[in-house]
Amino acid sequence: MKFADFVCFKAAIAELSVTDRDGVIAELVTSLDKAGKLGKGNCEKIIKAVIKREKEASTGIGKGVAVPHVKHPAVKNMVAAVGLSSGGIDFSALDKKPVYSVILLLSPVDEPDKHLQAMENIFRHLQKERFRKFLRQCQSPEYIEDLIREADENPSL
Amino acid sequence: MQTGQDSLEKIVCEMTVEIKNADGLHMRPAMQFVDVASRFECDISVSNNENTVDGKSIMQMSMLAASCGTRLKIKAEGTDAQESLNALRELVEDKHFDEPTPNKKKKQ
Repeated sequence: MKFADFVCFKAAIAELSVTDRDGVIAELVTSLDKAGKLGKGNCEKIIKAVIKREKEASTGIGKGVAVPHVKHPAVKNMVAAVGLSSGGIDFSALDKKPVYSVILLLSPVDEPDKHLQAMENIFRHLQKERFRKFLRQCQSPEYIEDLIREADENPSL
Repeated sequence: MQTGQDSLEKIVCEMTVEIKNADGLHMRPAMQFVDVASRFECDISVSNNENTVDGKSIMQMSMLAASCGTRLKIKAEGTDAQESLNALRELVEDKHFDEPTPNKKKKQ
């Protein structure tokens, strides 16, 4: 599985308009909805589900990144959205530091193994300092797409 | 389970566990694993067939993508190595991360 296989580039946001955790989650889910990825009438309940999951345990796992996610019956196809914040977001991260890059992942409930593979893929990239640095610097959705496609092709990035 | 022990040498223990919960080692179970592993002083590494990762790093543990039925090798090195493996086995196999196992599905 490649990163580009499940990221919706159309929904990427290079500068998130809000800096609070719940607002960022809402903005990214709404962006996926606008890109036609969620099906009619699902946006609000998915936002609520992601926030509920996030309250159980922060997905801000340190190093300036967060990976909010949920498995939800309304999600038919696994999809991810990338959002960046130059000012930083308070995500109640494990290392208490602000989050600059958010990768939101929505998965169907009946494909747990696919969800695991997507998470593996996301973290394989995010654990690299260079990738994190480059991602943070992306100033447009096009740059985000270029970076992710390049990371897929070039594992050393 | 093997235990290499000497009064001054570092204690090294290994075991293999199987993931039993239906959803596999997703982030919440991975965090539970890291929480338990971090209670011990010993170094803990976890391997699937391809990768060996730090059992105290949530990012690395999530990279194992261990689905239900996956067997993981856990290696602990340090004075409390044996205790750490006992606690981790309980979490993974006995409690299966307090999540449902796929038994119901198999019976149908």
